[in-house]
Amino acid sequence: MYRYDEFDQRFVEERVAQFRDQARRRLSGALTEEEFRPLRLMNGLYLQLHAYMLRVAIPYGTLSSAQMRKLADISERHDRGYGHFTTRQNIQYNWIKLEETADILAELASVQMHAIQTSGNCIRNVTSDPFAGAAADEFEDPRPTGELIRQWSSLHPEFSFLPRKFKIAVTGSPNDRAAVKAHDIGLRMIRNEDGDLGYEVIVGGGLGRTPMIGKVIRGFLPKAELLPYLEAVMRVYNLHGRRDNKYKARIKILVHEMGEEPFRKEVEREYARLDVESLAAPAEEVERIQAYFAPPALENLPEESKAFERARTADPDFRIWAETNLHPHRAPGYTSVVISLKPVGGAPGDATAEQMRVAAEAADLWAFGELRVTHEQNLVLAHVKKDDLYPLYRKLAGAGLDSANRGLVTDIIACPGLDYCALATARSIPIAQRLTERFADPKRQRDIGPLSIKISGCINACGHHHIGHIGILGLDKAGAEFYQLTLGGDPTETAAIGERAGAGFSAEGVVDAIERLVDRYLEIREPSETFLQTYRRTGAESFKDALYAEAG
Amino acid sequence: MPLLNEKGLQEEIWRELEDHEPIPLEGDVIVPQARLEEALAAPRTGRTGVALPNTIEAETLQPLFNRLSLITVEFPGFGDGRGFSIAKRLRGLGWRGELWADGRVIADQLAYLRACGFDSARIPEDLFARQPLEDWLAAAKTISAAYQTEERAPGVASILEQRKAARAARG
Repeated sequence: MYRYDEFDQRFVEERVAQFRDQARRRLSGALTEEEFRPLRLMNGLYLQLHAYMLRVAIPYGTLSSAQMRKLADISERHDRGYGHFTTRQNIQYNWIKLEETADILAELASVQMHAIQTSGNCIRNVTSDPFAGAAADEFEDPRPTGELIRQWSSLHPEFSFLPRKFKIAVTGSPNDRAAVKAHDIGLRMIRNEDGDLGYEVIVGGGLGRTPMIGKVIRGFLPKAELLPYLEAVMRVYNLHGRRDNKYKARIKILVHEMGEEPFRKEVEREYARLDVESLAAPAEEVERIQAYFAPPALENLPEESKAFERARTADPDFRIWAETNLHPHRAPGYTSVVISLKPVGGAPGDATAEQMRVAAEAADLWAFGELRVTHEQNLVLAHVKKDDLYPLYRKLAGAGLDSANRGLVTDIIACPGLDYCALATARSIPIAQRLTERFADPKRQRDIGPLSIKISGCINACGHHHIGHIGILGLDKAGAEFYQLTLGGDPTETAAIGERAGAGFSAEGVVDAIERLVDRYLEIREPSETFLQTYRRTGAESFKDALYAEAG
Repeated sequence: MPLLNEKGLQEEIWRELEDHEPIPLEGDVIVPQARLEEALAAPRTGRTGVALPNTIEAETLQPLFNRLSLITVEFPGFGDGRGFSIAKRLRGLGWRGELWADGRVIADQLAYLRACGFDSARIPEDLFARQPLEDWLAAAKTISAAYQTEERAPGVASILEQRKAARAARG
């Protein structure tokens, strides 16, 4: 993974000193609260319902065991002993004091981390495939691109006061695990007919109040032209994006209102004006970054592992876990492991300091000291020998990290909701907790198969409900929480925005409603058909019928 | 209104045209965009500057570049970043004269303004009272080097060039 050189290190240290001075000037009155607000947001500090929240960047979701241990230490020293991994592959601390923030940023800098641009109207932390560099179906590691964009976008003089936040995601696999079509810019690494490497550039996707699937505005962009082209897109957005209404300020609205073709023309016109050569990343810099992402020293192993087979036969719980929580690795004898942060009754994405340390230790022992955070709010060990799976599993099980539910009905994404967030209109976490309790039976979960439930506690859609197979949106109706359902959403290469199912449900009724949906799916599915496939085949009617029949 | 950059306060030699004031034939004046044609048509001996709103298409001004000595770009609030891109466009189109950010920009933005091609910021008195010159001078140099290849403020080094130099030194 990437490691800072002396220049990266000095940069984050200067940034900490700058924040310290900004906080001092806020106290002295030199900066008003209005002026300080975007400055603290661009250092990840966000005022929530009960306290400040600090969002720490985990670029493209990759971190080292030493960094994970530091995150654990910070959660104990400055928070309540846990952290929350987010849908943007970051970690959030929910109980932070303003006066301790500069010290926390300094601690982060000591392990080559920062909170730069994890909030605010700027280019946010770049996200990517959690199995990057390991997945069997990948043809190019997207992380060097992510790192290049991280550096280019850090404290960008022109693009730090945009109309609204700006999110970029990159994938290097035909199977999109980074939801690139739901981002302001999504980059798909591809090869053209001549075999040259480049990007398909997708612009104007997003969730929130007005969910949209991104549009391809450049079918093939040569790899070397990435930064100049991004600059053209950003400039068109900065100049023409709406600033009169924050709910219409994202680039998806600009693309929608201008029209896809006029927007494309405007970007290409801007691009033609640029000095592409001087804006492009120098080749030696691209190579320098690339070298950090060289694959680890993997052994030549047979595909099958005897130790793994033995353990699978001996321990049925392990067998179940291994069925759900492994992801195919490109090297024989290796696999990627998903560490679920979705125990029954837990808050999705939360990890205690102890769990973070156990995950870090497991990474050191069996996964080259490296971890990933997924946008589904789980962790990943990317390169694990199948021979080592059983001891790894035992270690995880000892810390409550052995939930065998990756991609299943209890692998729920949820935003912090009204338990923490000032914007929320309803609670998310308790709904997730009750759903996981309702579907706790492992056999039942596996029978239901792949099914993603995503919960947002308000219309801003941080819980990605629009792209859940079943989406739950928590709203406030005359002082009471109620929950609207959407069906058929999909974050992958076959991206789709879920359709509203109809009238909402009370907090008490929503879990029963989901169960009726699931039962209907089980009734009408064809053999080996997933929930999404059944929904696409049959349409919404039979599911709506299951939801509302008894009310009629 | 104070005019400043990382070198300190700049002398205020330009006068801003009052509403409905006739175009003066002498002296350096800044005219609003709406009266630019009128000012350029007048037999003036002094220099002419133009005050642009941040909704301007920079290209429209290009034919007039050689008849202007100053362009100011409005910043209605520090959170409205359109002016940064307008400055980049003006410089890209070949504007080599003076360029000011005009409005409620804050000290922490000075390095960004300079990197995008502004020479100075002209800020309201009340803001200057709260954020005195030393805040601006200090803020301009807190971050000593930047990642971007093209845009950098004076005194801010290029991380990419520093890397290159370090590589060369290591042999």
